[in-house]
Amino acid sequence: METRQARFPRGIAGVGLDEVEREVPADEAPPLAPNAALAVIGKPVARHNGRAKVTGAIRYTADVQLPGMLHARILRSPLAHARIRAIDARDAEAHPGVRAVLRVAEPGTTSGTVRHVGAAVAAVAATSTAAAADAAGRIRVDYEPLPFVTTLDDARAADAPRVFDEASAPAGNPAGFPAPAGLPLRGNVRGPGRDQRGDAAEALKHAAIVVDGEYRTQVQTHCCLEPHGIVADWREDGLTVYMSTQFTAGVRHEIAEAFALPLARVRVVVDGMGGGFGSKSSLGNYGRIAIALSRAARAPVRLVLERHEEQMDAGNRPGTWQRLRIGANRDGSLAAISVVSFGTAGIALGAGIGNMAQALYTCANFESAQHDVFTNAGPGCAMRGPGNVPGGWALEQAIDELAHRLALDPLALRDRIDPSPVRREERRIGAERIGWGRRHAPGANRGPDGGPIRRGIGVAQSLWGANVQTNAACEVRVMRDGSVEVVSSVQDIGTGVTTVLAQVVAEVLGLAPEQITVRIGDTEFPEGPPSYGSRTTASITPAARNAAWLVLQTLLREASATLETAPSMLVARDGHIARLDEPARRIPLREVAAKLRTDRISAVASRGDDYTGFKRRMGDAALAQQDLGGVQFAEVAVDTETGVIRVERVVAVQDCGRPINPLQIESQVQGGVLMGMSFALYEDRLLDPATGRMVNPDLEHYKVAGPREAPRIDVVVLENYQGNSATDAYGIAEPANIATAPAIANAVYNAIGVRLRDSPMTPAAVLAALGRAPAAGHRESP
Amino acid sequence: MKTRSLTRRAFLGGTAVATAGASMRVAAATASAVAPPSFGPDPVPIRLNVNGHDVALRVEPRSTLAETLRGALGLTGTKIACNRGACGACTVWLDGVAVCSCTILAIDVGEGAVTTIEGLAPGGELHPVQAAFVQHDAVQCGFCTPGMIMSAACLLQHAADPSGDDVRSAISGHICRCGTYPHVVEATLAAAKVRP
Repeated sequence: METRQARFPRGIAGVGLDEVEREVPADEAPPLAPNAALAVIGKPVARHNGRAKVTGAIRYTADVQLPGMLHARILRSPLAHARIRAIDARDAEAHPGVRAVLRVAEPGTTSGTVRHVGAAVAAVAATSTAAAADAAGRIRVDYEPLPFVTTLDDARAADAPRVFDEASAPAGNPAGFPAPAGLPLRGNVRGPGRDQRGDAAEALKHAAIVVDGEYRTQVQTHCCLEPHGIVADWREDGLTVYMSTQFTAGVRHEIAEAFALPLARVRVVVDGMGGGFGSKSSLGNYGRIAIALSRAARAPVRLVLERHEEQMDAGNRPGTWQRLRIGANRDGSLAAISVVSFGTAGIALGAGIGNMAQALYTCANFESAQHDVFTNAGPGCAMRGPGNVPGGWALEQAIDELAHRLALDPLALRDRIDPSPVRREERRIGAERIGWGRRHAPGANRGPDGGPIRRGIGVAQSLWGANVQTNAACEVRVMRDGSVEVVSSVQDIGTGVTTVLAQVVAEVLGLAPEQITVRIGDTEFPEGPPSYGSRTTASITPAARNAAWLVLQTLLREASATLETAPSMLVARDGHIARLDEPARRIPLREVAAKLRTDRISAVASRGDDYTGFKRRMGDAALAQQDLGGVQFAEVAVDTETGVIRVERVVAVQDCGRPINPLQIESQVQGGVLMGMSFALYEDRLLDPATGRMVNPDLEHYKVAGPREAPRIDVVVLENYQGNSATDAYGIAEPANIATAPAIANAVYNAIGVRLRDSPMTPAAVLAALGRAPAAGHRESP
Repeated sequence: MKTRSLTRRAFLGGTAVATAGASMRVAAATASAVAPPSFGPDPVPIRLNVNGHDVALRVEPRSTLAETLRGALGLTGTKIACNRGACGACTVWLDGVAVCSCTILAIDVGEGAVTTIEGLAPGGELHPVQAAFVQHDAVQCGFCTPGMIMSAACLLQHAADPSGDDVRSAISGHICRCGTYPHVVEATLAAAKVRP
């Protein structure tokens, strides 16, 4: 590969910028200046599809209506564990509106055992949703109930009912957060997966101070406002699927494999996408059901889940139990970290607690043993910051506790043990913003009136790998009338990648972002990255910039004759191609385009490697050398009489490489903070241990933070340049979600002087911790 | 407000009003009590006034207003997310009052004037609340947005100079999983300064 040397900006804007030389592929765009010197990138450009969203015009999957479209409903198991002896669907098939009936569970086969309430048993496609529901209700299922177990602790017991046997148990987790494969299964416990460096056990024996705590986190559900949905249109010449998905290209591959279709005959489309948070990463059972029904009925089939189905069978963040021990020397340096975890993703795997304890702080000795515990509950899957959210809940509280034991300021302790210069800066900025100096000793801030309210301030950090999808492509087209199109299968799930793509291409072509038409979310276009793992912007923006740069070279060559200079002496700016030496000599870009020999020129580019290489590669995915993170501060008021915690303010200082749209980033960070707060205080999937049913499968008893709970949120985003790609941009979604809950927990400790190690921190839990109410005893969830 | 017969579902509609806007919980509770006629299960003819137009259509008596708007009338800007009045995504105006259209039967709407997100600013110009939502990025995935806008715009119809707490109260029946609340409050307060 032909390369050239180029000098890139490096460092944090406003703190210290220098330059670094990199070897870059010759067909990539030249180094991009820091945002302050750019016209469009780094500016708060209004969301491209904002107008379509505020008028209700944008089409979500749930809004798709095709001629002759049928409606599907799924019959679900009312039992937590049962063997299906027989399914009698004759009455459903005889229903006048019914066009197809599908058995999802086949008696006598492995699929004939259902393992959680809400597991799919059969499905119906009919002329209306109501007819489909009526018909599904007429399917008679003969269940042989089996013993079941729904809680993490009960499932670990030696005599617990077995959710799976060795033959039926999943070994890996293809549908969600990757779980290590090949681990032993004992009872319901798979694992442990172990990691180790040094000798943590020995170092703990000799440590001057050891903090030792047990932490629990609840099961959280994704609660995407748009339910999981699909419209499958199976035809002789191919299949078109409209799906609310985080990964059009990935779903296309899954469909091709599952239905033995050539890729060229499968098209996946999504326009408006009403939130995923990890739960819409793959095709899913419901997707396969809708496609199979469409194939059987020879008509388009729409399947949109109802809210209770969302809550029970559309994914969740696994619940966890952890024991975390940290040994430290008197000066605060860490001697050892040891973590043992048991988590449950119900009938799925992937309940690990991530890598924060392993990777965030300097510590020579580390050991972890992580276990997955099967329960008769709906399958977990990736959810915003998987692993690191429960992992951070424990680690960042333990570090806070350690600081207290050492009589050190929690920020000073982190300055000692955190090697990241970026987070050091984030701590400094955040401390100033929140007014860290106002902080009292734990429990000492009683307020002037001596009333029941105690206030506190806490801090916590986050860590997230900078993910990159190397198989991520984008095409830029300039038409003869001068209009510009960017196309890719990448999807906009609400994070605003549409706008980001317009900004990146507009910057190259010297246009305004509104002049760029972005058409994405369709596998007819070059294959883009998934929208999970905080990797979308990092993966697609370098491809877009490089494609636009290639197209621009053609335009410059075209203009060079008229402007009587070499293409390298021309620049695209303000809608014109102009001479660098004589800016007044210029031609409008659309006049240059008008001279094209063909109706358009276009270029496709895909994501190259980071210029300094990757830390790790896993198929199409890779991990950049640097990590992403952030530091969050929370200020809380705790009512010691009612136990109610109110978060009054959060300061979030984050980094994502080069920020491309600070307005959209602010939105996303606020969202991460609110989801983290909601996890810390409110949300809890509750299963009835007697039946295995979820008792709050809705949005009124499953409590998600609303407008009145939202605190003031200050967002600060660093510009952190590393000279690693054509845009140097990385992700923000997950790092913004990880630190919030432990920051709130540390603030609660600072307020009341008592530490709450279980989430959510409900009023009852606060009162129990204060000794003002009987302890709730052993929690049944997760 | 026009008088409508009170049915059980219309009464539930009143509950939905309380969800959609705590300050506007007056809709159905004041309607006079008359014994309800019985319908169904087959489709029955009804007339609706939607976004200023009278339309005649046939609906199954069990069809909610939200389903009817989205299905028969193709007005898919109104969203269904929880289908039981807990999240506010289906909020429309009924006689100028923000209500959850998923808890009102279409046959109970009677002569009430329905305004949906599509009717908020007919003619292509954005309503000031819509424009402010774009400008302040009070939109992420956008699925809760039409309902949120209907409640925010309803507040501005009734409150001359709303405070941040007024806005939070007006949208308190809405859930936004992306967490747009801070920008929604900012946008609504900004729109209040340039009301139509």
